[in-house]
Amino acid sequence: MKNGNLPALLALIRKDLQIFVHDRRAMVLTFIVPIAIASFFGYLFGGNADKERETAKIEIRAIDQDGTALSRAVIAGLGSDPLLAVRPATLEEGRETVRKGKAAVAIVLPKGFGDAAARSLFDPTAKKPVVGLLHDPSHVGELAMVRGMLTQHAMEAVSAEAFNGSTGEKMLGEQLRDLETPTPGMSTDEQESLRQLLTGALDMNRRSREPAADGSPNTARRGLGMPFEISAEEVTSGEGVRYNGYAHSFAGMGVQFVLFAAIDLGVAILLERQKGIWKRLRGAPVSRGMLLLGKALAAAFLGLLTFTVMFTFAFLVFGVRISGSFLGFVAVAISFALMAAAFGLMIASLGKTPQAARGISMLAVLLLVMLGGAWVPSFIFPKWLQTATLVTPTRWAVDGFDAMTWRGVGFSGALAPMGVLLLSAAVFGAIAWNRFRWEE
Amino acid sequence: MTAPLLEARDLTKSYSGRPAVSGVSLALAPGEIFGLLGPNGAGKTTTVSMLCGLLPPDSGTVLVAGRAISGDADPAKRQIGLVPQEIALYDELSALANLRFFGALYGLGGAALKSAIGAALDLVGLADRARDLVKTMSGGMKRRLNLAGALLHDPAVLLLDEPTVGVDPQSRNAIFDNLEELRRRGKALLYTTHYMEEAERLCDRIAIVDSGQVIAEGTLRELLKKLPASNRLRIEIEGAADLPLAELKALPGVAEEPEPLVENGRLTVSLSDLSLGTAAVLGWLTARGATPGHLASERGNLEAVFLHMTGRRLRDA
Repeated sequence: MKNGNLPALLALIRKDLQIFVHDRRAMVLTFIVPIAIASFFGYLFGGNADKERETAKIEIRAIDQDGTALSRAVIAGLGSDPLLAVRPATLEEGRETVRKGKAAVAIVLPKGFGDAAARSLFDPTAKKPVVGLLHDPSHVGELAMVRGMLTQHAMEAVSAEAFNGSTGEKMLGEQLRDLETPTPGMSTDEQESLRQLLTGALDMNRRSREPAADGSPNTARRGLGMPFEISAEEVTSGEGVRYNGYAHSFAGMGVQFVLFAAIDLGVAILLERQKGIWKRLRGAPVSRGMLLLGKALAAAFLGLLTFTVMFTFAFLVFGVRISGSFLGFVAVAISFALMAAAFGLMIASLGKTPQAARGISMLAVLLLVMLGGAWVPSFIFPKWLQTATLVTPTRWAVDGFDAMTWRGVGFSGALAPMGVLLLSAAVFGAIAWNRFRWEE
Repeated sequence: MTAPLLEARDLTKSYSGRPAVSGVSLALAPGEIFGLLGPNGAGKTTTVSMLCGLLPPDSGTVLVAGRAISGDADPAKRQIGLVPQEIALYDELSALANLRFFGALYGLGGAALKSAIGAALDLVGLADRARDLVKTMSGGMKRRLNLAGALLHDPAVLLLDEPTVGVDPQSRNAIFDNLEELRRRGKALLYTTHYMEEAERLCDRIAIVDSGQVIAEGTLRELLKKLPASNRLRIEIEGAADLPLAELKALPGVAEEPEPLVENGRLTVSLSDLSLGTAAVLGWLTARGATPGHLASERGNLEAVFLHMTGRRLRDA
């Protein structure tokens, strides 16, 4: 670039920034709206794990048609779980609350549940009770959780009853009597083994209700319990560094709104053409490359400014930290801003009218950010979609920002995102250059 | 004629095989306003676009001060100022910010730019509105600012593409005054319009363009001579029924076209010679027993030339 062209280039950039500053709608759309949406998404997706946060409990309804000690014990077990909010209901009430979306699942413990469950614990040939789960089809995840918790609490309650309760004693006695005659589908050896097991269980049951050595009543209830405990550890940038959901949401919304600004760039060029301003620009002794470069650099600068404002807010308010390479973070931001600017130029080169270009490019951007994991993290996508979305530059941008912030990856983790984003910028720029309509 | 500041030689341009401009040649001298007059779709804007380098001609040459423009960034483009047909300004910015930007595109900066902006605003009478946002200005003010944006780099040639569209008479007159001042300063102005009275008032020479070709060119006087009748005579008469009007065309000083006619007791005759034709027609009427009443003559004008040259067919292209 000749030195004489530098003032013209700076004038082109300064003019676009002046227009941006004068446009309150653009200011709000570029800074305030993405911060508001990112804050909301960040809160939904875990927020700042360093801060105590109340998790919404899963609403369930318990329909106890059995009314035995065992069925009540199962419901009490579920009610003690911190993840569940259990309320009693009739079958009609349970069905209605699920239908209206007020509860995710209604559990139906049928009449005879206690007897049949206790009997089925040791007798594989016994008829098992059928527990009904009425569930909201839009809450499949909650259904899976409730199913697992129900299994756990039912096993604990049924086994405790078998080894401690009077119902269990009665059931064990009946089953031992049944074993005195040949059982269909069971060999003599198997019958003998089962008889010894039941006898031992019955013995435990009776001992459990004997007073303790000091004469006090024995209150300990033995049964099957979870054979392990779970220790969950977040794998992040370092020991003691917690996941911050805002880091991802601010990256995602930054990506989205910088692309929206790129659409504005493309549409602005088309409007300049419509208003005859482009004629005036082309009439000046300024090269075509300079005109497009001026536009692109102004857009890239605004993109960087957007990221700066957003992450500064996230840093100050939500404690988001760049736990990885700061240089890598800056490099990813610059690469993405350049890619977005080239995308805007491409819109201007392919668009016929400002209105049509805005509509189509808005759709394209929404697809790009959705598939890029800007709304919800890409790791919750199906495997095939995770692979397929690698073709979108937005996916690399979001992953790059994640890597540099809460994942705490070093500069090397920014290289691949940078490469993909700069390559995308080159491709979009080449399309813009070749398809741009220069003639008036 | 002094050396032309802007010269076009045999310009042609086609779109998808359809000719928009065919063999247009013209030359503008310093201190001259040259009118390019034509109906819609005649090729005026395409011609202007080729003259200022926005559009490469399929063939032909454009010379600015004797030099061909080569490339977008050719410094020779500094010799040209373009006033587009549209109001090519940024509504969101002030007049000052717009002019700063347009001046910077021509390499102006610092005191030179400030002085150029001041001079341009003074010329168009907007010095006191410099800090106003364009979107708050009236249509006439925007038009004047549109003109100012093309003057900052002090171009020798000014191309004005229908610069008065949609403005009130006061603003139009103000723009005319500005253009006449620029002519006095020795600028060469190319003025495209389809307003006849504008061309008559402003232009030293006029080219009539139709279907991409220059079909007539000259001063207003030269163009008027192309009319078959230089004057039109209107006479209110009594007893005008059944006059043998065809005989009128044989009288001395009476033009053959357009045909004489009688409407609402008023005879209209086209004259090639005003005094000779008037005397002959009055004598002819008296001889036929008709009594002439009120009499008026009307000179031929550019509109008559324009319609005579381009026809009355509607141009909605």
